[in-house]
Amino acid sequence: MYAWILILLLLAVMAVAYQLGIRRAISSAGGFSRINTLHSLPAYYGLYAALWAGIPSLLLMGIWIGFQDQIVASLVTANLSSDLLDGQSAGHVNLILNDIKNLATGNIVSVNVTPEIQAAADQFARLERIANWSMWLAVLAVALGGMAYAWQKTEPRMRARNRVESIVLLIMVICSLIAILTTLGIVLSVLFESLRFFQMISPLEFFFGTEWSPQIAMRTDQVGASGAFGAIPLFTGTLMVSLIAMLVAVPIGLMSAIYLSEYASRHIRAIAKPVIEVLAGIPTVVYGFFAALTVAPVIRDLGAAIGLQVASESALAAGLVMGIMIIPFVSSLSDDVINAVPQSMRDGSYALGATQSETIRRVIIPAALPGIVGGILLAISRAIGETMIVVMAAGMAANLTANPLDSVTTVTVQIVTLLTGDQEFDSAKTLAAFALGLTLFLVTLTLNIIALSIVRKYREQYE
Amino acid sequence: MSATIATMEKATGAMSAAELASARHSRETVGDFTTANPRMTCRDVDVWYGSKQAIKGVSLDIGKNEVVSMIGPSGCGKSTFLRSLNRMNDTIVGCRVTGSIKLDGQEIYDKGLDPVPLRARVGMVFQKPNPFPKSIYENVAYGSRIHGLTNNKAELDGLVESSLQKAGLWNEVKDRLDQPGTGLSGGQQQRLCIARTIAVSPEVILMDEPCSALDPIATAIIEELIDELRQNYSIAIVTHSMQQAARVSQRTAYFHLGDLIEVGETNQIFTNPQHKLTEDYITGRFG
Repeated sequence: MYAWILILLLLAVMAVAYQLGIRRAISSAGGFSRINTLHSLPAYYGLYAALWAGIPSLLLMGIWIGFQDQIVASLVTANLSSDLLDGQSAGHVNLILNDIKNLATGNIVSVNVTPEIQAAADQFARLERIANWSMWLAVLAVALGGMAYAWQKTEPRMRARNRVESIVLLIMVICSLIAILTTLGIVLSVLFESLRFFQMISPLEFFFGTEWSPQIAMRTDQVGASGAFGAIPLFTGTLMVSLIAMLVAVPIGLMSAIYLSEYASRHIRAIAKPVIEVLAGIPTVVYGFFAALTVAPVIRDLGAAIGLQVASESALAAGLVMGIMIIPFVSSLSDDVINAVPQSMRDGSYALGATQSETIRRVIIPAALPGIVGGILLAISRAIGETMIVVMAAGMAANLTANPLDSVTTVTVQIVTLLTGDQEFDSAKTLAAFALGLTLFLVTLTLNIIALSIVRKYREQYE
Repeated sequence: MSATIATMEKATGAMSAAELASARHSRETVGDFTTANPRMTCRDVDVWYGSKQAIKGVSLDIGKNEVVSMIGPSGCGKSTFLRSLNRMNDTIVGCRVTGSIKLDGQEIYDKGLDPVPLRARVGMVFQKPNPFPKSIYENVAYGSRIHGLTNNKAELDGLVESSLQKAGLWNEVKDRLDQPGTGLSGGQQQRLCIARTIAVSPEVILMDEPCSALDPIATAIIEELIDELRQNYSIAIVTHSMQQAARVSQRTAYFHLGDLIEVGETNQIFTNPQHKLTEDYITGRFG
């Protein structure tokens, strides 16, 4: 039986509970004419009943679905004969279990079907059926029980309005907890995997080593698998690409923000601002192949024309395109803070005989500077975390170089390559990705915190 | 319309021949809008915001070493008129000024005239104190830095000190010139803005309700300051407080719906208003 039918059924029960709750409230008050003796509007009693019918049963259903498979599987394995399982790894037992499941649901199986497997599959199917039916019964019973509880509770003095509101509040708290806990979970998982990595490779080597070559020998006699995990080349590569990006984005973004907020007529502004913001909506992968296929060759040809050796994948190409991508961040945030500078500042400056550009240079920009710096820091953390453009345009070679015409690699690129390899999951190579991710996360987190506190401080100044 | 004519007739009854002539000239203004020693002369000034006329044929002189106050109910155009005296209205899109406004005989709306230096000659103090988010010193030094008024640090220091002294703020801030001007109290901020204006040596200072955001004590200090500043500058002040107009100004102009209704010696306006509207406003019947 499909779970969604049960969900539809639950919704129907909730609808019925809503109607019944309303009727019950009205009749307990003594009819329509005495409806004002109720504490809350009748609809609140209906909602109260519907929530009692719906929420506990849905919770039970979620838990049941979450654990049913595991319980059934353990029951089935317990019945399998020991000679099928003895001396087998956990992975192999899983494989057998998978076959049993596939057999039970009529899919293709990977092994010969022995009578024992067939019997196990039959048992599996039977248990699943029982479990499903009992879930239906249990969930519906809880739904009806909840409805009955609400029915029994409903009386004119019951504060249904307050109770419904506190249930809604609870739902909102749970939603925000989910967001927070997910973040926490990600951080912790990255942290623990990083700690495993640092047990294999010393943090000293990771943070200060200058050679990055994450190939670990899979066999003892393998060549060219030294396994060096010095992340300095990645950090410098990231820094260089981000620096180039900021060199592009900050002047262009800031100037366009000043033009748009101070000089442009309303008409031009209405067109130009959304167009600039479209830049932020282009998928980064599009920027990536623009960088790799258009910008990088142009730079290489230009370099060749003036006698410079330019790698076909260069930090310059990736940085330039990333800079273009970041322009809207800088310009949009700067535009906001420049607009937030009160008109009275401009008036004060004009009234002293200052021109518009003097006013902008000497009053508006200094007044908006904290906010602009905050915007730039946010843009930097965006640049550091950007992946797709550098994957496609900056290259893979972990060169420790200060030459922007050379190919470099960044932290994000290496995370991608480390995790798309064919290494087992607990090797140093794979775990290095977590250490890199953690470093990246800490850097951007710090930047964001600084940026937000600067922006907030600035906002307080004028309000 | 007939009501205005009726009030006009009633008002003209008590006027001299010269006053009558000027009243005819300025459409509706009662009283003498000229002064013996004018710094600024405005004749038949109209100000339009798009198609809406905010000021209708106003003629008014601002004399040397005098304070002219402009009073009237909200929306009567007194701030608009004030802002047209140093072309601050230029920054408002769709604002148009016609008629003649002269500063020392020079037409300020002349095509060849650059409004930027004009604003250094006709300074302005605003309703809400608006010090720049810079140090006290830099706030006062701002105009000098822009216009290159001083040649070296010592001269600039001297200018900052003398401006702050003229604004009566020096003793309160001399030990903390490097602290932000925004950290001062409201009244101190307003005096800082006055010091900032004085520092560029204007001829005329326009004040747009300079005390409306201040408490009574700070207001009293500013009013005293305005009286002192009269020795060196011409001052035009817009105010909502009739007591303030009576205390600080020599002449008072009463505006109503874009018209300059009546102008005259402050004493005379407040003790013996000629026009019905002026009388109603001053006696608190509306406004």
